Amino acid sequence: MPQLRIVVLVKQVPDTANVTGEAMKEDGTINRAALPAVFNPEDLNALEEALTLKERHGARVTVITMGPPAAVQVLRESLYRGADEVVLLTDKAFAGADTLATSYALSLAVRKLGGADLVLCGRQAIDGDTAQVGPQTAEKLGYPQITCVSRIDALVAPEGSEARPDGEAGSVTATRSIEGGFETLTSPLPCLLTVTAEANDPRPPSVKLVMTYKGIAAEAMPEYDDSYLDPESDAAEVCMIDRDGRPVCRARVVQWDHEALGADRDALGLRGSPTRVKQIESVVLAQSEARMVEPTEAGVGALVHELIEEHILG
Amino acid sequence: MNGATRNDVWVVVEQHDGAVAEVSLELLGRARELADRLGVRVGAVLIGADQAVTALAPALVARGADIVYLAAHDDLTHYLTQPYTQVVTALIREHRPQIVLYGATTTGRDLAPRVASALRTGLTADCTDLRIGDHSMKGAEHRDLLYQIRPAFGGNIIATIISPLHRPQMATVREGVMVMPAADESRAGAIVNVPVERSSSPVHSADGVVLSDADFVVRLVDRVREEKRVDLKGARIVVAGGVGVGSREGFALVEELARTLGGVVGASRAAVDAGWIDHEHQIGQTGTTVRPKLYIACGISGSVQHRAGMDQSARILAINSDPLAPIFGVAHYGIVGDLHKVIPLLIQAYRTKSAGTAAPGGTTPVAAADGGAS
Repeated sequence: MPQLRIVVLVKQVPDTANVTGEAMKEDGTINRAALPAVFNPEDLNALEEALTLKERHGARVTVITMGPPAAVQVLRESLYRGADEVVLLTDKAFAGADTLATSYALSLAVRKLGGADLVLCGRQAIDGDTAQVGPQTAEKLGYPQITCVSRIDALVAPEGSEARPDGEAGSVTATRSIEGGFETLTSPLPCLLTVTAEANDPRPPSVKLVMTYKGIAAEAMPEYDDSYLDPESDAAEVCMIDRDGRPVCRARVVQWDHEALGADRDALGLRGSPTRVKQIESVVLAQSEARMVEPTEAGVGALVHELIEEHILG
Repeated sequence: MNGATRNDVWVVVEQHDGAVAEVSLELLGRARELADRLGVRVGAVLIGADQAVTALAPALVARGADIVYLAAHDDLTHYLTQPYTQVVTALIREHRPQIVLYGATTTGRDLAPRVASALRTGLTADCTDLRIGDHSMKGAEHRDLLYQIRPAFGGNIIATIISPLHRPQMATVREGVMVMPAADESRAGAIVNVPVERSSSPVHSADGVVLSDADFVVRLVDRVREEKRVDLKGARIVVAGGVGVGSREGFALVEELARTLGGVVGASRAAVDAGWIDHEHQIGQTGTTVRPKLYIACGISGSVQHRAGMDQSARILAINSDPLAPIFGVAHYGIVGDLHKVIPLLIQAYRTKSAGTAAPGGTTPVAAADGGAS
């Protein structure tokens, strides 16, 4: 009996919420290496929705990320929370992708998985804040979309799934936040939803799952290493080694490059990206030119007088 | 030069229940400037139910549109991703604009990426400025490109994005950053009715747009949309509070200053997240962008995200107990001190000074709602 299939698209991002002085290079560009890499916050909300649906309806949750080998860390984090399967899209051909080229690669990966009933991702990533990859992936898959979802109201599992053996078509009903209110929409499955931080409080890693995958946690090598991969299979078993050098578990990390996806190289990476960054300026505070006013009755009174004289006030 | 090759500048207009979104009017103003620079026309795409939208077209001409493409059909009453995508995509394919702009609202940011993907063209999200300029790349000179300027990386950088080889060049633009153009009722413009047909199966039409049942698989179940109760954008004076305000009660003092000066209360994200004040009051990258005559920042440190929403204010007064707070970097006047002491001084000084001149409205003395504020 086929299960409900949920795919979650996640991204490893530099922690832009904590940009410090060291993170800015002298030429005004960002030194990404100086920023800690984190699980994009709203992607964790998307994963949480997937795991909640799995608990309620039964589902196979597959997490896909595209990025450099080190991005496997967000896949580990997904396994710790209850994902069943994780896929790393990593290839130099993907580098420099804008949202259009990214959505092309992600849509091919979803197709290669045989499609999904539900694709979930965060509304936007904190490094670019574009909110474009979700809708663009939906368009490429030919799926309907509901963006900015703050609540999944109902899910009717699709025909043939364990939760829905009677052959009815499945659907999802979700509420999205809009300016000054909300909208509730019902879509047939498959459908892609982008999820906001309002939707839930993501669960922390499960102690039990961290123990299960403790080889990963204890792993001294944070980098994802090609030597872990079975060259005969694109669904390689990643063998994790504990501190004593014993294999402790075999977590499935599927790694695909552009050939595995059957991708058109011209539609990938920088080559497949219509947009170019022409210029980057760091937001440097101008040297303070504020006129300082004493916090006294006389000081404040003179300021108010001046503002009234200049017709700024009154 | 005929209409098909003129490569105009377009605005995809957002309307809800027969009212045009302000950001769409703001965009018409900037589109007018861009089109004048390029020597082309401004097109406005207006989609909705017949009765509601037909009456809106003249207002778009008055704000700068030369042509309004009016796609009216009862099935287009409310925004839905797929049918609206079909309409916009079909119109772009037919008329080939060089630039297409959308408001960076939840609607614009749902629609524009879908259209960009269908057309395989570039799209830049949440722009704060748009200009025309050149670019040389691989020995080729690209003239008159759209510079799409936006904050990125959590607001720590400002990036200029271009789409040198793909057309149309598309961008969503943040509400409140472009100046609303004045309505000129004497402007002339053409209103083009776009035939919209509904069919049970996808068919191609040489003329107009055909929507199939497949475009309507998503149903709108419920929709609640309230007009904003807080008019931050229209405010001449904004008095905003941040972490330094300290509590929900502390905001009573901020509110009293706003009332006294005839201003509107704003807040930093931190104050909103702390639950001291409603999200409607939030100013900054994830809130409202304001450009009042006077912005008073009370106990706001001034993160890049906050400054992005207020640094275009004509005058900025910052009150903060930390002399090193970044807010002083964008302020015209700074007061280093405890806002709980400084705000009462401001209120008192204003009442004294204004009592000496004409009595402006809204200055009736009002007691602070909670004595704990000071």
